[in-house]
Amino acid sequence: MGTTDSSIVDAARARPGLLFVVLLAGLLLVDLAAKLAGVGLGPIGGSLSVDRLGSNLWNGVVIGLVIGLAGIGLSMTYSILSFANFSHGDLVSVGAFSGWGVAFLIAGLGDIPVRALLTVRDAGNASPGAIGAHILTTPGAILVGLVAAFVVTALLAVALDRAFYKPMRDRDGISLLIASIGAALIVRYLLQFGYGSDRRGVTASVDASNLAFDPLGLSVNAHELTILVAAVGLMLAMHGMLQHTKLGTAMRAMADNKDLALITGIPAERVVTATWIIGGGLAGASGYLYVLLRGTIQFDFGWLLLLLIFAAVILGGIGSVYGAIVGGLVIGVVFTTSTIWIPSDFNQAAAFAVMILMLLLRPEGLFGGVTTA
Amino acid sequence: MSDADAPGGSASGPSAGGSEAPESATAALVEAARESDLGLVVGTLLAIYAAATLLTFTDGLNSVVGLLETLTFLGLVYALTALALNLQWGYTGLFNIGVAGFMAVGVYTMGMVVRSPDPAFGPPGLGLPLPVGIVAGMGMAALLGGVAALPALRLKADYLAIVTLGLSEIVRLSLQSSAFDNFLRDTIGAGTGGGRGMGMPDNPVRDLFLVDGQAGTPTAFGDLVFGVFGSDGLGISQPILIGWGYIAVLAAFLVGFYLLLERLGRSPFGRTMKAIREDELVADSLGKDVNLVKIKVFVIGCALMGLAGILWFGSQGNVSPTPQFRPLLTFYVFIAVIIGGSGSNTGSVLGGIVFAAVLFEGPRRVGGTVRGLIDAQTPPSFADAVASLDPVTFLAYATENVAPLQFVFLGLVLVFIIHRRPEGILGDRIETAAAVDLSERPAGGESDE
Repeated sequence: MGTTDSSIVDAARARPGLLFVVLLAGLLLVDLAAKLAGVGLGPIGGSLSVDRLGSNLWNGVVIGLVIGLAGIGLSMTYSILSFANFSHGDLVSVGAFSGWGVAFLIAGLGDIPVRALLTVRDAGNASPGAIGAHILTTPGAILVGLVAAFVVTALLAVALDRAFYKPMRDRDGISLLIASIGAALIVRYLLQFGYGSDRRGVTASVDASNLAFDPLGLSVNAHELTILVAAVGLMLAMHGMLQHTKLGTAMRAMADNKDLALITGIPAERVVTATWIIGGGLAGASGYLYVLLRGTIQFDFGWLLLLLIFAAVILGGIGSVYGAIVGGLVIGVVFTTSTIWIPSDFNQAAAFAVMILMLLLRPEGLFGGVTTA
Repeated sequence: MSDADAPGGSASGPSAGGSEAPESATAALVEAARESDLGLVVGTLLAIYAAATLLTFTDGLNSVVGLLETLTFLGLVYALTALALNLQWGYTGLFNIGVAGFMAVGVYTMGMVVRSPDPAFGPPGLGLPLPVGIVAGMGMAALLGGVAALPALRLKADYLAIVTLGLSEIVRLSLQSSAFDNFLRDTIGAGTGGGRGMGMPDNPVRDLFLVDGQAGTPTAFGDLVFGVFGSDGLGISQPILIGWGYIAVLAAFLVGFYLLLERLGRSPFGRTMKAIREDELVADSLGKDVNLVKIKVFVIGCALMGLAGILWFGSQGNVSPTPQFRPLLTFYVFIAVIIGGSGSNTGSVLGGIVFAAVLFEGPRRVGGTVRGLIDAQTPPSFADAVASLDPVTFLAYATENVAPLQFVFLGLVLVFIIHRRPEGILGDRIETAAAVDLSERPAGGESDE
């Protein structure tokens, strides 16, 4: 087939682009060093405190963990069901609303009407402070909310699969993609119908919730620490599941070669259901954690996050779970540190640009290939 | 609605047997309308007009004509955009979901080129004539389309979808940015207006009716029209009449788009496009320059999208990046193409009209009408509506908040079409490329080894 020829041509074609990216990255690094040292050499250099860089990086890691967590599910559905699921972002929102409804119910039950709590402050006029949901004051409520976010979103993901995707299992990826856009519209606007359209505060503010790490000059919020622990914990659980359980092996087999997996007797539908449960659940959990980080909630935040999640998944290599995690971290860091060089209006655009560059230069992603390993 | 019911009525006609002649005449008429694309489009439009008239005739002629104007405008602009998308997706199989971005580039470029260098408010422009602005807008959209085509050469359809979506978001975020606005003002002397957007130049159609577009100073032509249809005649308000004037322009552009795309689709270039859609490898093996065709299709399609953006949003007085150019706009256009059936130009026109009337504008109007009939307080939130345990109160909440339900309905329609009728209303018609009809095979052909 002459694949070696074409890959050489491809590589040759990719080289100028790659060279450009390497040069640009080098220039940015030199500039960063000059900025940190406080020297100005014409256009490059300037001043930048180590503290600011540190906090930018830390914020990037936290956001990146949340995006990576959401990306795992997207990557899994892509590799096992072979379509880009555009309703994934709205699963993220569902997790946030259902999880915070439950967390509020536990944190504020008794003083505040149930309908205000379950709708995450859409009904009634209870303030976030009155409900008092915060990891330091109501850790139990926050934890149960996380579990609820996982469970509710997993159930919804399976229900969506049964209703929308299962009847068209044998159709091409684009048809499924269009169906998922329909599913996304349905879920997003049911959320708006049920929970209202306004952006509102969720978490209470608690004194002394910042923990300072003096040597690094970092100020770490208790909620950021919670996200770090929860996200890393879920990722490790995911890793253990994929590598050491029968289900994980089956999933990797399905992702690697579906026909071969079917021949060896892997129960495909059960694996698909498990994929939706895990992928959807992780999406819900990540949405819940994102709200914990940002402190506000809005019915379409997951949809707005979707493109960043796609960027992460593509960066890591679509289909690879570990790629999604690494991609999430890279996108998170690009998102926050790009403000050193460009106006903050553009940080999201910078993340998308990184995604597009990656697709142009190395479409298979950092980790390459469609494998769930 | 009578037109929509007609096919069903005529189908049952022959079996009823009674009055044979008039039934068959109707049937013949309907058959002729189905055969002719124009008849189909006009029939659909008339059915929509009838339904809209039924909904609002109690409010007087002015509101009926006003509603018809809104529906026709939306139908035409969706049809224009759907045609442009159909060239890329329907004909060539390029899954471009960055339509909103290309439209934004077109209309913004037009605005920046045409706006006065020293406006009373808003960002400055270059102050060039409108035709220059329109050509520049199409050119910029085509240029961006050429850039977007580069990934299309290498990527699978779903990756291309994500790239084009990302590109359209980059466009929107850039237009939103005040830093980008200032940068453009410093370098080329024309700005985007950032998040506040910019006012659009005067619509020449408006100048046809009013001297310098100023209300109260009609031209000779305006005097004539306003005298017959306006407050002295039928009592239709001036903005609605001017709107109808603009609709005539849009209809002319629609015919132009349609003829261009039909011509393109039937040309050798069009057959290559379809070959690429069906099987890229085969087209490549037959010596077709697949990459060049893809780039050309992207450039032509995006230029048309830019023009559609200019015709649509350029006539709306003011453009702003959010929420006008959110990806949702792209999905609207996609739904219009899918309803009509991707690959069919008539289907795209029909899909645009049906989408605008039935899915986009219809639910709002119906919801508003129903809400007017309910005599109940609207509860402040969904939870309050449920807690009231009163179906009427719940209905009041639902009709007051019909917008989200409309999107849910839209999603359901999309999923339904993809499940049951992936080919749309008209679908991909049988396109004969061979000189002889290959569909009629002799019996027993299957046993032929």
